[in-house]
Amino acid sequence: MRYYTYFPGCSSSEGGAKAYGWSAQAVAKALDVELIELEDWNCCGSTPYTSVDELASFCTSARNLALAEKRGLDLVTPCSACYVILSRTNSYVKGYPELRAKVGEALAAGDLEYHGTVRVRHLLDIFANDIGYDEIASKVKRRLGGLKVAPYYGCQVVRPEPGFDHPESPQSLDRLIESLGAEATRFPLRSRCCGGSLIISEEDLALGLIHKLLDSASSDGAECIVTVCPLCQTNLDIYQGRINKRFKTNFNLPILFFTQLMGVAFGIEGKDLGLKKGIVPVEKVLAQYIER
Amino acid sequence: MDKLVEEICAIPGGEGIRLCIQCGTCTASCPNASRMEHTPRELIAMVRAGMGKEVLSSNSMWLCLSCYLCTVRCPRGIKQTDLMHALECLAVRQHLSTARTRTPIMYRSFSDFVYSIGRVPEMGFMIWFYLLTNPLRALRMIPVMLSLLKHGRISLKARRLRPEAERQLKAILDRAEALGGLS
Repeated sequence: MRYYTYFPGCSSSEGGAKAYGWSAQAVAKALDVELIELEDWNCCGSTPYTSVDELASFCTSARNLALAEKRGLDLVTPCSACYVILSRTNSYVKGYPELRAKVGEALAAGDLEYHGTVRVRHLLDIFANDIGYDEIASKVKRRLGGLKVAPYYGCQVVRPEPGFDHPESPQSLDRLIESLGAEATRFPLRSRCCGGSLIISEEDLALGLIHKLLDSASSDGAECIVTVCPLCQTNLDIYQGRINKRFKTNFNLPILFFTQLMGVAFGIEGKDLGLKKGIVPVEKVLAQYIER
Repeated sequence: MDKLVEEICAIPGGEGIRLCIQCGTCTASCPNASRMEHTPRELIAMVRAGMGKEVLSSNSMWLCLSCYLCTVRCPRGIKQTDLMHALECLAVRQHLSTARTRTPIMYRSFSDFVYSIGRVPEMGFMIWFYLLTNPLRALRMIPVMLSLLKHGRISLKARRLRPEAERQLKAILDRAEALGGLS
């Protein structure tokens, strides 16, 4: 059994990406991994907060790190947006003494201190590198033979920190998909941006980016797209109808969390993976593999 | 406006502004550069030329997606994305944020939730954003909201922190505010 401290983030706990949280836990269990939720975690610090009040955002983030440090385990999140912010706080608090002093003083007001010893990890990193592809393949009950899957990494799981995969041509999700028996398509825009939260404030810009992604994935023959981030899933799934109207296209690509795809291959029941939470239905593409 | 260069340098990641050689790799990498009033490369040149006010009142940094492509490609190791965040913070502090993009209000609506309850219920945040901008635009979102509702993906309430944890976060953030920011 492997143990980690788990940071779900707002979206995967009670928000629109509940299915990510459920499927992450279900798949972890099948792999003998225990994801122990960090008690009383707060928002990761978030890019929006960073852009309005940097010190407050660093302190928000550091409270999570300070709480996690008491447990002494790696801090794992399934959300790329949380991952980038928690990692940034971690490395900046170490690298900038003035920032460290200010964050330390603020944390002291909450009787907390942070010594910089936590390792922040993304869930994809845990499955790909701690568990490994062979172990994942050994748990497969229904090989996803013949299924063409576009591996969508997005931005923040691979950038900017020198992390566990290449910042522009990552491979870990491809190998994971292949260990389930499915085929990972080439998908040239695999690590390009989905528009992020700017879908709310600058919808036209973001729709243009999402359109390019869907076009790139489908022209490569993918039957579904797999993501590692709640925000990417939301943008590609929820706005697909609007894209079809705006660009007179006919996309019908289910957008799955990578943990959902793993769960299907592991033979976990669809309801435990939240397969019905997708706006673009997944049933048709996965019908022959789904455990009912 | 040398003062602005100094302020930017005091924000972690901002110090790279002195290293820029104006090669334009950031602009070439940016998915949104064509919609910015000034491209990422121009922003740096303008700040260093003392045109801080024009920079801080532009829409440019607010169109940054935080995709970090510029950052990983910069041959001088400048953390361009962090520089964009620094410019955003300074614009807010100097009340110079532009009305030509709704991103500053969107970020503010998000941050209000973080500050007040420590977590962000997505629907609550969206509603707050539309109330602060144009409530009529929310009508366009009704089809999206209905399909989310149908799939059980809407929660108005965030799972709250325990009251003592909420107080702890508040104490930390109030102390941060008293420290007066990073620069």
